[in-house]
Amino acid sequence: MNPIARFGSLLMTFTYELGRVLMLFCITLKQLLSPPIELRNIFKQMSEIGIKSLPVILITAVFTGMVLALQSYTGFKRFGAESLVATVVALSMTRELGPVLTGLIVAGRAGAAMAAELGTMRVTEQIDALETLATNPVKYLIVPRFLAGALMLPSLAIVTDIIGIMGGYAITVGLFGASSVSYWNRTWNFLEMSDIFNGLIKACFFGIAISLISCYKGFYAEGGAEGVGKATTGAVVLSSMTILISDYFLSAWLFR
Amino acid sequence: MIKVKDVYKSFGQKHVLKGVSLEIKKGESMVIIGGSGSGKSVLLKHIIGLLKPDRGEVLIDGTDITRLGERQLYAVRRRFGMLFQGAALFDSLTVWENVAFALLRQKAVSEKEARQIASEKLKMVGLKGIEDLMPSELSGGMKKRVGLARAIAHNPEIILYDEPTTGLDPIMADAINELIISLQKRLNVTSVTITHDMTSAYKIADRIAMLYDGRIIEVGTPEEIRNTENPIVRQFVTGSATGPIKIEGVTA
Repeated sequence: MNPIARFGSLLMTFTYELGRVLMLFCITLKQLLSPPIELRNIFKQMSEIGIKSLPVILITAVFTGMVLALQSYTGFKRFGAESLVATVVALSMTRELGPVLTGLIVAGRAGAAMAAELGTMRVTEQIDALETLATNPVKYLIVPRFLAGALMLPSLAIVTDIIGIMGGYAITVGLFGASSVSYWNRTWNFLEMSDIFNGLIKACFFGIAISLISCYKGFYAEGGAEGVGKATTGAVVLSSMTILISDYFLSAWLFR
Repeated sequence: MIKVKDVYKSFGQKHVLKGVSLEIKKGESMVIIGGSGSGKSVLLKHIIGLLKPDRGEVLIDGTDITRLGERQLYAVRRRFGMLFQGAALFDSLTVWENVAFALLRQKAVSEKEARQIASEKLKMVGLKGIEDLMPSELSGGMKKRVGLARAIAHNPEIILYDEPTTGLDPIMADAINELIISLQKRLNVTSVTITHDMTSAYKIADRIAMLYDGRIIEVGTPEEIRNTENPIVRQFVTGSATGPIKIEGVTA
């Protein structure tokens, strides 16, 4: 195939897939707004996405905060700006690293699980079985995951922000002997509510993107075990890419 | 009761159904036979509205289900029960939750009553004391029986069986055939079964229809099918590799 045809084919596939994701988004919103609410399933998914991701989130956040403090301290020391470390850690965590790291971890853990579970349900005809039992599979399977993603990502991002800042504190105060009062003052004096709030908006968007992409990949999986594998890989890759690319545009828009 | 009228269905360039017409009477057991990939499952999925035809009608008691909205279609589906080839039990639910799924969703009964009904239906298919097991803990035959219990839990008028004996040993296959016959008699339901297992077809059918090349080429009683003059049907029911039906990729 010549390069132009190849590019055209890729563009068509991309447009087709994007259209299907957007259609699934519309169907999900419609089902979300129509009663009854699947409370039991929603709480189950919130636990899957939120509670079960906590250990990984905690470890990642504390070490990210620590390394951020370590690198900025040694860098800033060169021109006598060590006192800015707390501010750098706080702003980096709330505006950028909190939401993005949370998004990437959830995409790798919960997103993969969503795609694999729904993909298996598709290839073993469990989704067809739901239909025959007069149950809308989008309402039963996708709406709870969508809501859980939108609600739990900001919650996890708050945890990442706090633990990251505490990791930075441990290094700056514990290792480099900076003043504890000064660290907290530097953190709070330069941190604005909009930094935290806009970071959480990004996290919410990532949560929606991860759940929608992962559910889409799983829901339309085909071709047995190989298809489920492809759906899972595709979900993680596409979710991660979407997080990283949309992060730039969201940041440019939110933090103007 | 069920009328499939001139149904066409294609997937991309592959034309699977090319004008299928079939009538299934109330209370009868219709078995649809045909080779692998002949479109039997596709036809069954049209009967319950899982697939929409490109052309044609599927009438359930005179209502064309291909034109129904979601709510009305679900109302029609509540009259159906379906046993899937691999049972399609929900992995994340226990056996009793699987069986009582439709009852719990419709909130027609309390959880306690639903569990009781699930136990009764499981007993009907010869299973006891497995209510709290997970589907992964069951054998293939047990899964099929649980799938059958789920299909009859909400007292459907029509039961669809997708390859009910495939993948089972001959004794278990016969036990499933007996169950289908006994449910047919006890519940007085209309059954539609798709299979390529002729032993099963002869045993459970009131009438047999053969699907070949996207069309129903013959319908008759088991006796009529056994003694058919149609060379295609004859080759299929006798299981001969030589004849008008060519196997893809194999030269006779």
